[in-house]
Amino acid sequence: MTDQQQVDLRKDEVEAGTTTGLASPSVDVTNERQNSLWSDAWGELKRNPLFWIGAVFGLLFLLMAIVPQLFARGADPRACSLSNSNQKPSAEHWFGFDQQGCDYLANVVYGARNSLIIGLLAVAVVLVLGVVVGAVSGFYGGWVDSLLSRLTDIFYAIPFILGAIVVLRSGILGRGVVAVAIALAAFGWMTAMRLVRSQVIAVKSSDYVAAARAMGASNGRILLRHILPNAVAPVLVYTTITIGVLIAAEATLTFLGVGLQRPAISWGLQIENGQSLLRTAPHLVLFPSIVLTVTVMAFVMMGDALRDALDPRQRA
Amino acid sequence: MGRYIARRLLLTIPVLIGASFLIFALVYALPGDPIRALGGDRPLAPAVVAELRDEFNLDDPLPVQYVKYLGDLVQGDFGTDFRGREVIDTIEQRLPVTIRLTIVAIAIETVIGIIAGLLAGIRRNGFLDNLVLVSSTIVVAIPILVLAFVAQYVLGVKAGWFPIAGITEGWYSYLLPGLVLASGSLAYVARLTRTSVAENLRADYVRTARAKGLPNRTVITRHTLRNSLIPVVTFIGADIGTLMGGAIVTETVFNLPGIGRAVFDSVQAQEGAVVVGIVTLMVFFFIFFNLVVDVLYAVLDPRIRYD
Repeated sequence: MTDQQQVDLRKDEVEAGTTTGLASPSVDVTNERQNSLWSDAWGELKRNPLFWIGAVFGLLFLLMAIVPQLFARGADPRACSLSNSNQKPSAEHWFGFDQQGCDYLANVVYGARNSLIIGLLAVAVVLVLGVVVGAVSGFYGGWVDSLLSRLTDIFYAIPFILGAIVVLRSGILGRGVVAVAIALAAFGWMTAMRLVRSQVIAVKSSDYVAAARAMGASNGRILLRHILPNAVAPVLVYTTITIGVLIAAEATLTFLGVGLQRPAISWGLQIENGQSLLRTAPHLVLFPSIVLTVTVMAFVMMGDALRDALDPRQRA
Repeated sequence: MGRYIARRLLLTIPVLIGASFLIFALVYALPGDPIRALGGDRPLAPAVVAELRDEFNLDDPLPVQYVKYLGDLVQGDFGTDFRGREVIDTIEQRLPVTIRLTIVAIAIETVIGIIAGLLAGIRRNGFLDNLVLVSSTIVVAIPILVLAFVAQYVLGVKAGWFPIAGITEGWYSYLLPGLVLASGSLAYVARLTRTSVAENLRADYVRTARAKGLPNRTVITRHTLRNSLIPVVTFIGADIGTLMGGAIVTETVFNLPGIGRAVFDSVQAQEGAVVVGIVTLMVFFFIFFNLVVDVLYAVLDPRIRYD
């Protein structure tokens, strides 16, 4: 790697909040036995309380999204009675009631599903776009790289939330769950692309790639079998954190009135609705906010722990 | 260096044009007829509609509309909105609010972030270090939407320390929104400084400085900190560009009339000219500050040469 490539890579890592170890290699090769990166990483992860906290909350969120009935204490989110409007939390109804008199716990719990679907769908699109564009750009270089990099710069320069707002308002995608996920991904894939691109460029010039080429491997084979597997680790860290970021972004868009719409159940809608009642019924903003925060935090914590585990620089 | 800057400036032109075209095309696709909306309940006379459509080039195909817009833009003409108000007037009125908010946010993240990161980095695994690590993890993970409400409710409504919304109390009213806006970057600056300081403290030149018998204070302020701040300064520089374009939520919750709020309102009102104008401006700021950072990087770190 040249100095400039190292600088580029380090910059991409800083932007993505992850690390590859390639920017400043310091792997200890004097160890008697070399474990694989992944078994080392798992050993490290197991001992990290941050990871377990994140994993437990992440699992809880997953369960909530799949079988909300388990958590709603028998209440139906759509069975409402106006006489209960804005009632404070009680022993019977832990989260109280919303303005329409619906059980709030049930509503908050049922909101997890849309968040999860949008988070996973959007991150999948981000990954596909990021990995394909990044790998092609880094591997082929030249004018292909210039063209794709400028294209990435264009999307990168437009503020993330703003781009999604304009896409959703333009109505070309509609306003459903899929539309929100795609709008978020359309303006959120660039960091993944840059990360993969830098990785590919860094790995491309290594000896084992030259060896594979000398043995007659095709471009496609080198890319899929030799280069991409070595670029997976930082992308995995980035993906984990990004799921949380995307879930928060969905709530933000919906809060601003351009994301999901009633009668969909979403934390963003609940916060938006509670906003005007902040002084009289703060629990309406409080509960969806807490659950949203804990969910996002779960993914960020898991990503953080994963990064620490995959970073060879941290090992003694 | 001069050649590098010139090349980078040239490269920004396609990005600026591409980004503004992308937004222009999306705004073009906005539903509804803005001219008809002008008339409200009373339909406008067909002649008036035709005149207005002609004035705003609404009957031209998208590429033609865009080229006409761009032609005006390079002459400094941002156009007018559908009610005849100059877009540049809207920008002039709203931009100072966003600039003040950005200044406050950058000041907060720089001062608190660097001090916290430095203290944490000097004593790794100490109490302060763990405090910074845990609190930065939590702050990074709290969505800005939630943070804005918590700050507004706890510090504004309950404690009454800060104004809840609006900009009537001068710089003081920017403090709370600025803190909310800065929170994510603040945590990041603290972490970046911490890692950088801790790494530099192990470097040979620090050992040399200590061996020469320099007092601890000098070693840290003159040797370690100066080198450790290079990545931090570049992050903060790039963050200026990000914050200028990213304050929609903060400006909405705290009811600040900045450009983030203006562009959001304009999307809702289908004021295409305002949206495209402001977004182009945001993209320009973003590119500009990133360029400044790259140049600054070379100035601060003599190991990096672009030519």
